[in-house]
Amino acid sequence: MATTAPNVYNQRTVVRRTRWQKFLANKKLWRGVTAILCTLVLWEIGSRWDEWFGFRLPFIGFIPPPSDVMVAWLEVLPKIGYWQSWYLSFKRVLAGFLSAMLLGIPFGLALAVNRYFRDIFFPPFEVLRPIPPLAWVPASLIFWPTNEMSIAFVTFLGAFFTIVINVLGGARSIDISYLRAAQSMGATQLDMFWRIVLPGTLPSIFTGAAVGMGITWEVVLAAEMISGGGTQAGGGLGFFIWNSYMGGSLEQIVVGMISIGIAGYLSSSAIRYLGTVCMPWRRLF
Amino acid sequence: MAAVGTVPARENAGKGAISIRNVTKIYDPEGVNVLAVDDCSLEIAAGEVCMIVGPSGCGKTTLLSAIAGFHSITFGEIYLDGELLCGPGKPLADQGADRVVVFQNGALFPWMSLADNVAYGPTVQGRLNKTQAREKALDMLAEAGLADVGDKFPGEVSSGMARRAEIVRALINDPKVLLLDEPYRAMDALTKSIMHEALLEMYDRTKVTIFFITHDLEESIFLGDRVVVMTTRPCRTKKIVEVNIPRPRDYHILSSEEFRLLVDEANEAVHEEAIKAFEAGERELA
Repeated sequence: MATTAPNVYNQRTVVRRTRWQKFLANKKLWRGVTAILCTLVLWEIGSRWDEWFGFRLPFIGFIPPPSDVMVAWLEVLPKIGYWQSWYLSFKRVLAGFLSAMLLGIPFGLALAVNRYFRDIFFPPFEVLRPIPPLAWVPASLIFWPTNEMSIAFVTFLGAFFTIVINVLGGARSIDISYLRAAQSMGATQLDMFWRIVLPGTLPSIFTGAAVGMGITWEVVLAAEMISGGGTQAGGGLGFFIWNSYMGGSLEQIVVGMISIGIAGYLSSSAIRYLGTVCMPWRRLF
Repeated sequence: MAAVGTVPARENAGKGAISIRNVTKIYDPEGVNVLAVDDCSLEIAAGEVCMIVGPSGCGKTTLLSAIAGFHSITFGEIYLDGELLCGPGKPLADQGADRVVVFQNGALFPWMSLADNVAYGPTVQGRLNKTQAREKALDMLAEAGLADVGDKFPGEVSSGMARRAEIVRALINDPKVLLLDEPYRAMDALTKSIMHEALLEMYDRTKVTIFFITHDLEESIFLGDRVVVMTTRPCRTKKIVEVNIPRPRDYHILSSEEFRLLVDEANEAVHEEAIKAFEAGERELA
C-alpha cells in the first residue's frame, strides 16, 4: 500500500486565507458596519418623519436626511474647492500639531527632569494653560501679521498645553525602580535620559498626541470660522461649514461636519499606528 | 576562548564582605522623626548568603537602600571590603555596579528585550561594546535556562522567567554583592521553588555575596547561610540563625528534620516580633 492516506489536519492548516478574506471574515468589521448602517437608517426615518407622518420630530426633524446629504456630497466631491478645504485644514492641523510636538515634548521632559527648570517655568505655564485656545483668537489676530499665522498659533496652543502636561506627568510617573536599577548598573544621566526616561514617557507622549490632535481639529475649525474666508486665510473645512450656513445649505453643513469626523478619525488612526510602531512592547497589552 | 563547561573567572570572586556598624536611620517626614533603624550592626562575610527576615515595615529595606546608595544613614557606618560606603561625613553611599539590586516588583525595563536588558549594564559602563554585550547577555541567559527568549520583551515571558532574567542582568555586572529585596514575593509556591533552585545553582556557580530580604522563613533557611531576624521598628538584629546545611542543596532538604528545626527556631523569634509589630500598628491606628 503505497498510497498515503489524506491527512485531514494537514490539509486544514494548508488552507491560507488571503488578507482580503481575513479582513472580510473579521466580526469586528461587520459589527462596526452594522452600527453605522443602523444609525443611518434611524437618522433617515427621523428626518423624513415629517414627510411620511405629517409632523416634525424634535431635533432630528430639522436635520436633513442622510440620502440628501449623500446627494449634496456627490455634488461637492468633484469640486476643487471642497478638496482645497480638506487640504487647508489638514495643513493647519499638521503645522500646529507638529510644532506643538516639537516644542512640547522637550519642554515637558525638561520640566520633568530638572527641578530648577520646573520651579521657574511651571507656574507661568500653569497660569496660561487654563486659558482656552479660542480666547487667544482676538489677541493673536492682533499680534500676528496674517490670519494664517494667527490660526496656526492658536492651533499650536491647543495641542501644546495638552502635550506638555502629558509628557510631564508621564515622565514623572516612571517607576522609580527603573531609575534606580539603571543607576545602580552605572548609567550616566544621559544614558538614563535616552534609554529610560524617554521610552518610559513614550506612552504618555502618544496619549498627549492623541488628545492634542483632537483639540487641534476643534481649534482649527473654530478659528477658520472666526477668521472667515477673507482674502488671506480662505478655505478650510471650518469655513466650508460656515459658508454653507451663510448660503443656507443644511445638507452641505452636514457634509462638512462628517468630513471633519472622517479627517479626525484618519488623524487619530495615524497616531495609533505610529504608537504601535514606536512602542513594540506595548502591543502585548 | 573559554572552553565549554568551564566557569569564567569572576574578577570580584571572594569579595563583597559587608560590615554594618551601629547604623541608625531617622526619617524626618515633615518634622516628625521616625526611627527606622536603631543601632544595627551586622557582619556579612564575602560569599555569604545572608537572609534578612523581619516584620513588614521594620526597616529591612532601609538597610538595603543604605547599602545600595538610595538612602542616606543618620549615624553609624557601612563598609564594603573594608572600604567606607557611607558613614560620618558621607551619609549617602555612591551607587555602583558592585552592588546591584533586584527589586520587589521587578524592574526589567519593559521597552527592552531581555537580552537588551541584560546587556544594559556593560554597555552603559562602557565595558563592552553593543555586539559583545549582547553576545555575553545571550550566553548568560542561556546559562540560566533562558536560551530562546532573549529577544522577547519582559511582558511576553512568565514572571518566573522575567525574575530569572533580572538576576542575570544583575550578575552580568560581576557585582560584589547582590541585593535582593523580596524578589519572589508575589510568586506561587511552585514557581518559587523553581526560582530557589535556579538561584542556588547560580550561587554555587558564582559564590557572590547575597543580601536577601524576605518574609518567607522556609525560603530563608533553604537559601541562606545565616538568617538574621530583625526586630520590629526600629530595626535591630534580634537573632541570628546559623544554617549549616551543606551545599549544594536541593528540595529534598525541605523535608529533613534539621530543616524543620531551623525553621521552628527562626519562627519563634519572628513570631514574637510580628505580634509586636501588629500591636504597634494597632496603636498607631487607634
